[in-house]
Amino acid sequence: MSLSTQEIQRIAQLAKLDLNPEQGEKMRGQINAFFEIVEQIKSVDTSGITPLAHPYDAVREVQLRLRPDLASEPNQRESNQQSAPSVEDGLFLVPKVIES
Amino acid sequence: MQDAIQDLSLKALAQALKDQRVSATQVAEHYLGLAQGHLAPKAPNPLNTPQDHSCGAFVSFNPEHTLAAAKASDERIAKGQARALEGVPIAHKDIFVTRDFPTTAGSNMLNHYRSPFDATVVSRLADVGLVNLGKLNCDEFAMGSANENSAWGSVQNPWNRAHIAGGSSGGSAAAVAMGLAPCATGTDTGGSIRQPAAFCGITGIKPTYGRASRYGMIAYASSLDQAGPMARSAEDCALLLSAMCGSDVERDSTSLDLPSEDFSRDLERPISGLKVGIPKEFFGPGLSPDVKARVQEALSQLKAMGAQLVDVELPKTELSIPVYYILAPAEASSNLSRFDGVKFGHRAKDFHNLDEMYRKSRSEGFGQEVQRRIMVGAYVLSHGYYDAYYLQAQKIRRMIANDFQNAFKHCDLIAAPVAPSVAWKLGELNDDPVANYLADIFTLPASLAGLPGMSIPCGLGEQGLPVGLQLMGNYLNESLMLNVAHQYQTQTSWHLAKPGATGVAA
Repeated sequence: MSLSTQEIQRIAQLAKLDLNPEQGEKMRGQINAFFEIVEQIKSVDTSGITPLAHPYDAVREVQLRLRPDLASEPNQRESNQQSAPSVEDGLFLVPKVIES
Repeated sequence: MQDAIQDLSLKALAQALKDQRVSATQVAEHYLGLAQGHLAPKAPNPLNTPQDHSCGAFVSFNPEHTLAAAKASDERIAKGQARALEGVPIAHKDIFVTRDFPTTAGSNMLNHYRSPFDATVVSRLADVGLVNLGKLNCDEFAMGSANENSAWGSVQNPWNRAHIAGGSSGGSAAAVAMGLAPCATGTDTGGSIRQPAAFCGITGIKPTYGRASRYGMIAYASSLDQAGPMARSAEDCALLLSAMCGSDVERDSTSLDLPSEDFSRDLERPISGLKVGIPKEFFGPGLSPDVKARVQEALSQLKAMGAQLVDVELPKTELSIPVYYILAPAEASSNLSRFDGVKFGHRAKDFHNLDEMYRKSRSEGFGQEVQRRIMVGAYVLSHGYYDAYYLQAQKIRRMIANDFQNAFKHCDLIAAPVAPSVAWKLGELNDDPVANYLADIFTLPASLAGLPGMSIPCGLGEQGLPVGLQLMGNYLNESLMLNVAHQYQTQTSWHLAKPGATGVAA
């Protein structure tokens, strides 16, 4: 398997990353080199094997917990927004999302 | 007293503090004085400390906070209210969020970030009296095996400054090895505690997945990330691990709902009759002769102490590289989608619309390796490739975990090298990501299986660089691993060897 320049740019779009042509080519070479060591997994017979998501599940079934949907946190709006790039009146500012 | 502080075990230091032979303030000043000369090359240096001989282990300090915490410890001691490790300093990997120190995860993305809360691990350690000295350098978002992916610059190996300290917890390992802090926290996703511990000649343990809360540990690969202590000895690590671990079911959905444990309880137990499994896949042609020799000497030592060595098989060891480097980037691409320049983190200056703001902010904020892993992750999760890569990797992950269970039918614990070689030269593999990935081969299997893994110093290899012996236990078997490590350390002195010293006999 070998990714093309176009595919690299398509993945960059999916991942919300900007790659200029030079960066894209470097990335392409490195990712293709990586996929050379990945191909070996395709020949492994995994029929009947359940995917493992939580590692402890290998020995014991793990139930993912849900907690009651109740507000449990105190209001810390100011400290939560102290590292925000742009805030006004306690609201996060972003560029216009829907063009009129 | 001052000269001897660095040679004390955590237990002895806590006792000296409790007996008021030295004050927490004196200890904090002593360590701050040393540590402040070791900022990472590109870290901001508001302290104006000369950094000519810095190994780059630290990224930030808050001396006012550190000294205030030390003073509070002195007051508790004076009132007879000392907690287990009252007044003992610790430094935290910069992947743990802290209210009183900046938190950057080694990334430009989080330059100027301040967390509104402390990670559970940080507050649990503060609750036993540990005093926070500062934050430690690491690979960006813990992605790396050499600590060369930090936005603040590399960490040098204290044993040979031209070599890497290992990663991603390279700052933690170097700081402890150089005596800049008596102990540190680390995190391990694919070997990030064990490998730098091995490369810098210290002791480190990653507990069973789910033991330590991930709350406030900036997420890289959530199904693999685990916190653990890094210190000189197994005895020190046992004390720290007991404080760090405990259920946090309200805050971490994968936290194991188990009571806290005293991991020091079995340290003194003799190990005669113990069955130690030796996986032949870890001793193949890829293993450097110097590492192989030191590890085999350590195994002979265990045998001399009464342990029985048995051959076991972990046949999927080599597959752990592609499996890990599919699963971890997949989880990373999803975890790191939160860095969009809206609620926190870097935002680009110029953009015309929301999409451009996302793309520019992320491309400017993330370093090369992080972008590479996000790309790989987005690809293996994308339509048409999910089954062939992500799902197939998760299935092999179960086979790897099953292989360990088969091996543990024949042994109590597994021993092997931590890494195929000693620490390589700074810059040597910097532009070759795949070569970096391949070097993780011996730490990835236990990570994928979620098993506890540990590194203990077992001698010096080429160019006087340290070699680590890896111990892997079954789920929740940390106290046995610490027992074996401690018993080994009562018979050997590699864990006491210091950079610059020569010929420390075992």
